[in-house]
Order: sequence, then structure tokens, then C-alpha cells
Amino acid sequence: MKRLFGTLLAAMLIASTSSAETLRMAVTTSFYNSGLSEILLPEIKADLGLDIQLIVVGTGQALRLGEAGDVDAILVHSRAAEDKFLDAGYGTHRREIMYNDFVFIGPSDDPAGVSEASSAADAFLAIANATATFVSRGDDSGTHKKEQSLWLEAGVNVEGDWYRAAGAGMGATLNVASGMNAYVFSDRASWLNFGNKGALELLYSGDPALFNQYAYIPVNPARWPHVREGLALTLEEWLVSEKAAELINGYTINGAHLFTFNATHP
Amino acid sequence: MVIFPLKMYEATAHFRKKRLVGPVDITIEAEGFTIVMGPNGAGKTTLLRLMHGLQRSSGGTVEWAVPQAKAREKQAYVFQSPIMMRRKVIDSIAYPLRLRGLSVSTARKNARECADRFGLENLLDSWAPILSGGEKQKLSLARALVIRPDILFLDEPCANLDGRAIREIEKILLDAQAAGTRIVMSTHDMGQARRLAQDIIFMYDGKIHEHTSVDAFFTAPTTKEAQAFINGEIVE
Amino acid sequence: MISMQQGFWDAWKLIITFDRDLYEIVFLSLKVTVSAVIIASVVGLPMGAFLAVFRFKFRRYVIAALNALMGLPPVVVGLFVYMLLSRAGPLGGFGLLFSPIAMIIAQVIIIVPLIASISHQAIRDLWSEYHDLLISMNATRIQRVKALLWDGKRALLTAVLAGFGRAIGEVGAIMIVGGNIEHATRVLTTAIALETGKGNFAFAMGLGLVLITLAMLINILIHIVGKTERASTW
Repeated sequence: MKRLFGTLLAAMLIASTSSAETLRMAVTTSFYNSGLSEILLPEIKADLGLDIQLIVVGTGQALRLGEAGDVDAILVHSRAAEDKFLDAGYGTHRREIMYNDFVFIGPSDDPAGVSEASSAADAFLAIANATATFVSRGDDSGTHKKEQSLWLEAGVNVEGDWYRAAGAGMGATLNVASGMNAYVFSDRASWLNFGNKGALELLYSGDPALFNQYAYIPVNPARWPHVREGLALTLEEWLVSEKAAELINGYTINGAHLFTFNATHP
Repeated sequence: MVIFPLKMYEATAHFRKKRLVGPVDITIEAEGFTIVMGPNGAGKTTLLRLMHGLQRSSGGTVEWAVPQAKAREKQAYVFQSPIMMRRKVIDSIAYPLRLRGLSVSTARKNARECADRFGLENLLDSWAPILSGGEKQKLSLARALVIRPDILFLDEPCANLDGRAIREIEKILLDAQAAGTRIVMSTHDMGQARRLAQDIIFMYDGKIHEHTSVDAFFTAPTTKEAQAFINGEIVE
Repeated sequence: MISMQQGFWDAWKLIITFDRDLYEIVFLSLKVTVSAVIIASVVGLPMGAFLAVFRFKFRRYVIAALNALMGLPPVVVGLFVYMLLSRAGPLGGFGLLFSPIAMIIAQVIIIVPLIASISHQAIRDLWSEYHDLLISMNATRIQRVKALLWDGKRALLTAVLAGFGRAIGEVGAIMIVGGNIEHATRVLTTAIALETGKGNFAFAMGLGLVLITLAMLINILIHIVGKTERASTW
């Protein structure tokens, strides 16, 4: 009996060491929830023999993981935060890959009249004026930062019971909004993939201010020597390749197209 | 290694502030069958525990010819309520041998032989805690004697047993004594004392009132408490 | 409202068709929790026995601390282990963060106090029964501990099971230190959290069913192996 346990334990510990090449990348919940990674990762494995381990968190935490050297690269969508990250020397460079857009979701009866808004800032103003319940990511993510910049633009100081910070990823935040039949600011992909829409509907989109640029940043090996720099660069090349462009542009949910590939080759 | 004699000099035992036993002076030599008698609460159990080292003395000395821990290697104790380990009978008897480093197979072999002598051979695979009272005490005895101790202490071992069980156990004890084991036993049963004892220690109120040969005790007790006890009166 | 029936049926299909992803998650859950329980038992069971048998100066405080540690919120343990294992932290050089080993470490820390505490209680009771006998037999302290551990194995098994139950259903700590990485550190509990958060209640429920069944199967298996149902022996 003792021997059985012993060999079992040994087998488990041995099995835990993986043999394939792995790269650890922090990505945002918005990106993950879009389902695009499920298309890309197998192709990456087939073409490069690379196992990508995705740590799915908000932009804020993705950047902190990069700062701490716990991942090899990050894929985020918050320009200002990315620049700070690079200035501080945590990343080597940033490479734009693709963009998608943000949308306004809310109750189908639309008490704040968001569907008639003339711009994104206008939509936020409408919600504030109607003090309609609004659920925010509240997690320092790219989506959250975008939301905050738009409140600022609308000249609104968010205060009051109607504004609820969920402190969670996109899926969880949508869940809360669905449960409360409230307004919520989401990326299109997460919304399309969301399984619990309830009485919510997509009310407003299209303002160029809502475009959301994704960038890839390898973690700086000068700062963290252990990061797999070579693999990170190999992945980057794949992400800006023709094949990636095809896969990204061709990715749809229920016929709706989500991401637009916009990487350039200098 | 010879552990005898045991010398107790002005030994006392206390529990919190209450005096249980003492001061007592006794010497126990290598030969003999001593029975400790006395009314309930006289301190018989405590005296035995003092001798065996289960109770620490609060005053005076309790000394064997070798240090207590070494002396205990050659001693065994049978409790009034048998303490059964949660094992089979054969493993219970083998246990003291295993403590002394014998292998499982050797210990079990010895245990089997011992069990035969005690009439426990049919119960070897039985679960110890579910035996009858008499069987448990026989098991306790087997377990005690399997290590061939120089001295065996017993605390009212037959208190809850029927006549047949008592007879069996008394025979075992006499055989053991004949084979050289020193025995110190407490009992309530005067008939048993007459049957087994060579000398009697009579206790009252924690003190030793009498310590003489069995004949001398029963024919000519020197204290009134002893006399009253022999007469069958209730002694407070 | 989502159809629960559809959800159950979807889940059932995954189970009987031996869906690769599902079984990968199940196997990982078992690997992490069973490893943690084994390690925690090796540490906690004797610890409980030693505390019951050995008298030393700060014994009372250690026992009190152990009981207090049982109430340690698992998610806080996760945070603490995360900070230890992060590359930026003191043990970062081992690169253990976001691996199954990190999850095992966190779970071991969580369940050792539980296993040790139950073990201590059980052994203490048994020790009060065996006390005079073992002293009379001149058993050394190590021998006493061995006898108590062996004779008390039924109660100790309860301790192990309690540890298993606590670990298999734990989600906060292992989410934090494991990162819920697909194919690497995603286990039943973290997968349920993820799917629920995505709004996929049906699939989450299916996973939940598997988790419950798994926990019950393990319990039954241990009972059979230990033969606890046969009379009141051992």
C-alpha cells in the first residue's frame, strides 16, 4: 500500500514537467472571451510547435505580471498604460496587431435613450443624466480605462448608487449587468460570445472613439533574463503574418466580424 | 539484570492536595506472592501504581535495584478494567514483543504459543475489544506474561468475573509464580487471598496496617480495622 | 432562462463520450488534490499525534494556533503563496507560479491545519485510553506515537477525507496561484468559475455534477479500501 502511494506520487510529479516548448502570455479577458484564441492557439502549435499558456486577466494585472517577470509577453489594449510600461523599461517594444470595437449594451427598453446618442461621450452623458444603473468593469483593464476616458470626455463625475463597479472580467461583468438589467460598456466580441443576455441588447456602436487597439509587447529580457525572448519574437512574427491576418479577419461570431488586422511591416 | 529488591521508604502519593497513600515502608524481594487487601479507598491501587511507576511519589523514595525505566522492562501490570488495544488477539499478545524489537513473524509465533497455554488459541483472530470480560482478562494476563516478567502486578483482576474464569486465572497465576514470577496483587476476595497469598499487606486509609504471612494475618490480625475487615464488617 | 435540461444533457454527453478537454480537467483536479492530500497527511497526521503525546513548553499555544489556522481563508493563502512564488518574490527563482506545483503548495498549506487538528483530537482520545498501558509496557515515545497512529487509523482516515473534501472544492487560492490556464492549471473548480463568469451556466453545471460525483466516488473508494463498513473493527 505504501509502495502504491509512493509510485503514484512520483508519477504525478514527473508528469507535471512538460516537454513541449511553452510560452507564457498574459492576455485580457476581453480578448479571451472573444474566442479568437481558440482559433489561433492550435495554429500556432501546428506551425511553430509552441504551446501558449494564456493567463487571462485584466490589462492592469497583465501589465503587473509583465513587470514581475511572471510572463514572457503580454497582449493588451490600453495605449497609455502600454507606453508607461515601455518607458519604465519592462517591455522591449510594442507591435500593433489588430483592433476591435466597444459597444454600449443596455436594457431593451432603453430608459436613458442611449440608442439615440450621437457619440460615445454623448451616450455616457445620457446614462448619467438618467441615473440609469450602469455596471463597470472596475478592474483597471483596457475596457475599464476606455470607459473612464469617455466619462471624462463627457464631463461626468461618476458618483452615486447607479454606478456599480463589478471588479471583474468582461464575462462576469456582463453577468452582473444581465442580472440587474443595467447598462454596461463592453467589447463587441465578449458581448457576442456571452451566453446569458437576458433582456439586454446592443444599443449603440460605431463611434471611432470606440475603436480598441490590441498591441503585443514582449517582456524585456534585460530586466528579467529568464524570459523566453526568442520564442516571444517568433510568436510576434507569426502574429503579424499573412496567415494570422487571414485568421483574424476571417473570425466571426454568428456571421458578425469582430477583429480587424492592422499590423504593419516596417 | 536483577531488579530486586524494591525499597519504598516513607513513600507518599498525593492527588492535588489530597493524600492517597503514605508514608509507607516496604521491601519487595524476588520470591513470593503478596496480596494487598483493604476496604475501598484504602489506597491499594495507588500503592501498586507507585511500585510500578505509573504514579509518581510526592515524597519519600521508591527504588528498585536499577533505574525505574530499566526496571520496568522486567515488570508487567494487569489493570482492573482491562485495557484492550484495537487489534486482534494475536497482535495484542505480540505487541510487547514487537516493542522489544522482535519481527512480526517471530512475535506472532511466540504469541501463538503463549495463547495456547492460556486457552486463547481459538480466539487468536478475534477482535480484542469485543471479547468477554473473562477473555479480556486472560488476554491481559497473556500479554503481561509473554515477556516473562520478573514481577507481575495485578489490580483486582477478578473483580467482575464468574467462578470459572476466576478459577482459570488463579491457576495461571500459581503456575507463573511456581515458574519464578514475583506476584503482587490486590483483591477484595478473602477466599482468593487465602488460596493464593504467601503474605498479606493490609491497607487502611492510605497506610499499611499489617504486613505478615497469610496465616498470621487471618488468625491473629493486630489492628482493629484488619479484624473488622476479616469479620466482614463495613470498614470506613 | 437557460434550459437546465439542455445543460445536463450537454454535460452528460461530454462525460460519456470521454471528451478530451473534460477529462484533462478531471485528471488535473485529481492530480493536484490527491498530491496535496498525500503530502498534507504525511505532515499533519504525525503532527497531530505528536501534539497529543508529547508534553512540551508551548504545547497549549501550538494547539490553539493550529485550531485558529483551520479558519485561515483559503484565498488569503493563495495571495500569500502568489507573493512568495512570483518572479518578483523571494522564491521566484524556482519559476513555480502558475504551475500545478504552486496549486499543490497552496492546498497543502490550507489543509495541513485541518488534518493535524482532527488527528490531534482523535489521537488525544485514544491516548487517554492507552496511556497507562503503553507506559506500563515501557513503550518509547516514538513507539507510543506509532501505536496510536496505527490503532487510530479509522479516525485518521476521517481526517484525510476531511482534507480531501476541503481541497477538491477549493477555488480561490488555486485560481490565484494557478492562473486557471487552459490545459495547464485549469481544474474543475476554476473551470466552473470561468464558465459561470462567461454565462455558460449549462456547461458550468455539468462540470459541477462531475465534481460532486468525483468527490463521492473518491469517498466510496477510500471506504472500500479501508473496509470501514465491515463491522466495527479497526
